[in-house]
Amino acid sequence: MYKYNEFDEAFLAERNAQFRAQVERRIDGSLTEDEFKPLRLMNGVYLQLHAYMLRVAIPYGTLNSGQMRTLALLAEKWDKGYGHFTTRQNIQYNWPKLRDIPDMLDALGEAGLHAIQTSGNTIRNTTADHFAGAAADELTDPRPYAELIRQWSTDHPEFQFLGRKFKIAITGSGADRAVIKAHDVGLQVVEQDGKIGFKVIVGGGLGRTPMIGQVLREFLPQADLLPYLEAVLTVYNVLGRRDNKYKARIKITVSENGIDTYRAMTEEAFLAIRGQYDGTDQELLEEIKTHFQAPEFRSAPTDVFDAAYASDPVFRAWADTNLHAHRAEGHAIATISIKAHGQTPGDATAEQMRVMADLAEQYAYDELRISHQQNVILPHVRKNDLPAIHATLKAHGLATANIGLISDIIACPGMDYCALATARSIPVAQEIATRFDELKMEHDIGHLQIKISGCINACGHHHVGHIGILGLDRAGVENYQITLGGDATETAAIGTRTGPGFAYDEIVPAVERIVDVYMARRDSAEETFLETYRRIGMEPFKAALYPEAQKKVA
Amino acid sequence: MARAFTPKVITANDLLEGDVIYFTAEGSWTRNMAEAELITDEAEAQLRLLEAEKQNIKIVGAYLADAKAGPNGPEPTHFREEFRRTGPSNYFHGKQEAEANV
Repeated sequence: MYKYNEFDEAFLAERNAQFRAQVERRIDGSLTEDEFKPLRLMNGVYLQLHAYMLRVAIPYGTLNSGQMRTLALLAEKWDKGYGHFTTRQNIQYNWPKLRDIPDMLDALGEAGLHAIQTSGNTIRNTTADHFAGAAADELTDPRPYAELIRQWSTDHPEFQFLGRKFKIAITGSGADRAVIKAHDVGLQVVEQDGKIGFKVIVGGGLGRTPMIGQVLREFLPQADLLPYLEAVLTVYNVLGRRDNKYKARIKITVSENGIDTYRAMTEEAFLAIRGQYDGTDQELLEEIKTHFQAPEFRSAPTDVFDAAYASDPVFRAWADTNLHAHRAEGHAIATISIKAHGQTPGDATAEQMRVMADLAEQYAYDELRISHQQNVILPHVRKNDLPAIHATLKAHGLATANIGLISDIIACPGMDYCALATARSIPVAQEIATRFDELKMEHDIGHLQIKISGCINACGHHHVGHIGILGLDRAGVENYQITLGGDATETAAIGTRTGPGFAYDEIVPAVERIVDVYMARRDSAEETFLETYRRIGMEPFKAALYPEAQKKVA
Repeated sequence: MARAFTPKVITANDLLEGDVIYFTAEGSWTRNMAEAELITDEAEAQLRLLEAEKQNIKIVGAYLADAKAGPNGPEPTHFREEFRRTGPSNYFHGKQEAEANV
């Protein structure tokens, strides 16, 4: 993985020193809050409901064990002993003190991590497929490109004051695990005539006006990545609206002007910009690629794994849900669920972080990944090591076998922490997970993604949940709208609202009724919730959710 | 027709700690909402908010929040302010934790 060079280290140290001085000037009164706020946001510091919050980027979701231990250190030394992994491959600390934040940033810097551009109207952390570099179905590892984008976009003078925030996601696989169609720009690494390039998608996004991205370029040669992105951003900077915050994202720019106009303007800007690139970026890319050389996977036997799989039902259940196909023989990708039933989705204690770091170091070529689904991944493990890994995870509350199941819920922090939230989302997730665990139904239900947001900004990706839940404030009371049929993959779709919302104490029973309909109507155990929904449509679910309305019609 | 004015407290976050604070009748800040000044007059509320904002060197984001009189002092009327005065519901952190440690 990428290791900072002297330039990176010096840049970050200087930036952190600047922020330390800015904090001092705020405290001594030389800076007003209006002056300080944009400075702290550029460094990932928010002020939330109960405290400051520090958002740290985990570029393209990749960490080594040392970095994970640093995240644990921050949690323990300057926070309340835990951190919250988010849907954008960031980690958030909910309780830092203003005076401590410069020290936290310095500690991160020493580990090769930062919080730059995790907020503000800038290009945010470029997210990637959390199985990048490991997945059996991948064309090539997309992370060197993500790192190139990180270096290009960090402190890029033209893109520090965009009309709105700008999010890029990248995948190297046709099976989209990075939700590229719901990002401002989505990139898929593709191959044409034996050459590597990108399919460029633009104008996707969730929030107030959810949209699925459209193809801007079917094939962009690798060498044109940065000049083309620069052209996309330049057009957005010129064409994008600044009169209305809610119409400022690129999805609105693209939809108001049409994809053809946006494409024509981008291609024109690209012709002008391309000449400014003299190949230095490609040399840099080649250097970056050397950091992402895959480990030398030895062909490994699987006898220990096979024996445990045959004899231990708890291990088997975990292996069935939490493992994915690795590209090397005898290996697997292991997802560690940080969503034990009843716990906060995405939260890990400092101790759990250290356990995961130790496992990565001992068994997983020192690599960890954070997924947008708020879980942690050991991307490269020998199958024979899995029984030992599972035993360690079990001892630390990390062996929940629920990846892809109904309790593997994405939930934003909601009104428990977030200043923008209109309702809580964490307790809704906790109660749904607890309920279906009690019913012992979740393995029978199978693949079902619930995604919960506590406001219309949709950090919890509710629009693309198979079941989406949106918490709102209706006349001073929490109220939850449900959508069905959303899809976060390569067949991306925005869910459809079922009808009127539900009160806080009605939302778990409502989800249960939806699941009951699915279980009764699926044509076999193999037909997933989403497949059943697509086959039978909304009506049967509506009938179960709103029996009174049905009676009136009858 | 303008809506009737509802009683308010002035609340903000502490600059250094980041936690929730309330403006008192004496012009100081308290971490206990029950000790806040309950303002019942609209014109007075704006003046008091200006007074509170003079202390912007040690507070952030002062605003008027709806409140009502309770047996022990002002109480929130909206769930958002209830969370701010209590803490999150998933952990015993924030003000609820601080109070338990008194």
